[in-house]
Amino acid sequence: MRENLHRFFRAARGAGVRVSPAESIDAMRAVAQVGFNDRDILRDTFLLTLAKTQDEKRALGECFDLFFSQPEPQQESAEQSRTDDNKESGANPSADEHGDNAGGAANENVGPLAQMLLSQDRSAISTAIANASGAASLPDIRYFTQRGIFQTRILDAMGIQRLRDDIDEQTTRNPALAERLQEALNGLRGTVRDAVSQALLLYGREEAENLRNEILRNAPLARIEPRQVEQMRALIRQIARRLRERYSKPRKRQRRGHLDVRRTLRRNAAWGGVPFLTAWKRKHRDRPKIVALCDVSGSVARVSDFFLLLIHSLHEVVDDVRSFAFSGHLIEVSDILESNSPEEAMKEIMSKVGFGSSDYGNSFADFEDNWMSAITPQTTVIVLGDARSNNLDPRADILRRIGERSKRLVWLNPEGRMVWGFGDSEMPRYATFCTVVRQCATAQQLERAVSDIVATYQ
Amino acid sequence: MADTRPTASIEAVESGLAAQGYIASRQIATAVYLSQQIEKPILVEGPAGVGKTELAKAIAAWRGMKMIRLQCYEGLDEAKALYEWKYAKQLLYTQILKDKLGEVLGGAQSLAAALDQLHTFGDVFFSKEFVEPRPLLQALEQPAGCVLLIDEIDKSDAEFESLLLEILSDFQVTIPELGTVSAVAPPTVILTSNSERDLGDALKRRCLHLHIGFPEQKLEERIVESRVPGISQTLRKQMVGFIHEIRSLDLKKLPSVSEAIDWARVLVLLQASELDHEIVKDTLNVLLKYEADIEAATPQISSFIAKASRQGVFS
Repeated sequence: MRENLHRFFRAARGAGVRVSPAESIDAMRAVAQVGFNDRDILRDTFLLTLAKTQDEKRALGECFDLFFSQPEPQQESAEQSRTDDNKESGANPSADEHGDNAGGAANENVGPLAQMLLSQDRSAISTAIANASGAASLPDIRYFTQRGIFQTRILDAMGIQRLRDDIDEQTTRNPALAERLQEALNGLRGTVRDAVSQALLLYGREEAENLRNEILRNAPLARIEPRQVEQMRALIRQIARRLRERYSKPRKRQRRGHLDVRRTLRRNAAWGGVPFLTAWKRKHRDRPKIVALCDVSGSVARVSDFFLLLIHSLHEVVDDVRSFAFSGHLIEVSDILESNSPEEAMKEIMSKVGFGSSDYGNSFADFEDNWMSAITPQTTVIVLGDARSNNLDPRADILRRIGERSKRLVWLNPEGRMVWGFGDSEMPRYATFCTVVRQCATAQQLERAVSDIVATYQ
Repeated sequence: MADTRPTASIEAVESGLAAQGYIASRQIATAVYLSQQIEKPILVEGPAGVGKTELAKAIAAWRGMKMIRLQCYEGLDEAKALYEWKYAKQLLYTQILKDKLGEVLGGAQSLAAALDQLHTFGDVFFSKEFVEPRPLLQALEQPAGCVLLIDEIDKSDAEFESLLLEILSDFQVTIPELGTVSAVAPPTVILTSNSERDLGDALKRRCLHLHIGFPEQKLEERIVESRVPGISQTLRKQMVGFIHEIRSLDLKKLPSVSEAIDWARVLVLLQASELDHEIVKDTLNVLLKYEADIEAATPQISSFIAKASRQGVFS
């Protein structure tokens, strides 16, 4: 049973639940207390000891259901065999209408696997599959491309070679038997395929997800396919969580060496002013204040979408975000983003300002007329755009004033550095007034950019 | 002592808590049972008012143990949570020492001899007598064990979490001047959190993690029944059904179990026999704590009452 538990822990890790060795020891001790008799209690026990957030609880619950419903015959575990039967009968459609007429006669001539299949001993077959899976180290499966090789390995370990020989031999001698064997073999293949798929689901999920995320992180945001948008949103949320964890922690840092005289006297009044307890001055750090100006014209809209999602998922880290969207003119979109789901918010923003041809000069002028007071010396202003102003007046003078008023002015450009300044790109002209200019085309670059901005406040 | 009462099974935990008026779901009972069997703290998370703190109280009452409560807040430090030196007494002690010094060291001729003699006295200045135990240390010193409730741990600073790690994993604390103080009897530790901030992994790793959500309708009816015995069955079904309908709305703060119990008490006080539009409208402020929420719920009252009553007919 211990072996089984270890496999379950691995599967749980695969499902994204972080199970440390200490936690697995706890789980084992807990399981030793409650026993295996009641599946619900066992499930609760794992949820209590292994999963430490609600997401993890959900993932682990699913993993538990999957794990304990797979065809998994064990020598000693009687409680699992009941689940095997239905699984087996579906996946192993070996005909049983033939009865056992041929069984006794042919048994001496065929190999052990053929005998097992002929006798239709389900538990023996699934035991054999389980053993072969162990021999083929099935729990090491990581990617879906490995399915074929694991199937082959398992079948090899079960002695499929001997079975094939038997079939060849029997075709001439006893065609009916050969046919039955062939059918049984097909059924067996199906069962093994199911077992491998399930193992992949259990053990391979984490790797597959990591790989997918890695690819996604480096894909250009502007050109991802619609079906990946949802995944990208999930990834952005993940990034937001990581940034939150990193930057939301200690806000107060003691300034060692600076005595807070007033508080020290007050605190030690009881002892006649003898300073037993000292109070030190603390330094409060500002939380970042961010004003974001996002170009939502055609080429940059996607990137702006993800950027706004990221910035607005950083509540714990960022005190105050005001977002503005523009293409031809500029509007404030903070409220739209606060009160709607990301999809709806983006749709609404797009219907208001999106898809026009961008006019940076006009948009900056809008900002200066209405919202310039939003910028304080603590504010970081982030402009996200390709700086392609369709040869209209870029109004770089406004950008200069914005830069002077703010703590930092960061320009994020989804285009590569190579094309800045070519065509109608005004990037070089704007760049002179920015504290930082960086390329920001992929999720990874987005994360770095936002991380750096937040880090300047630490 | 009552704490020797066996916690033989999960059912025993369930019935024991029920005897104290705490109706526990199977999961809660399993958590309590396990925490006693493998001596692990329980970290309880969940929305406000689902009975996280009540759980600790019920366990204490059931097992007849003392409950020691540590309410966390921002700025809580070890002087308030763990121990503090009795400075005033230490001060007095040094003064007494000064007076008595002549007598004590009377025989010594040289400074070195005096010092030698001084070293033969125990170091009383930093000794147990001058330690003022705060909740955490108190909990370790209870000879009969106790229930230690560390309430709203998410409100404390991240550094405070690290302070708890030693006590949570080994039931001991280290006082630099005195050494390590181990628990006389391991306390039952319950930590509660409203998930205002994510707790550290180190802390979570040391605990059983229990999430208490809003209870199912049947369970909530039983809870109301045990807390407000005077309420009639029909009214109970209706009001719990009504609350479940309210929870499906998108509100700022959903009514939780404690609000349900309050509401039941109010309804009993007003001698309502069943829900009607008028009485719900008048008492909605017991259930909902924001003006905007009340406004959002008011137009739905009639349909919710209808739905809740219909459910009552069938079950």
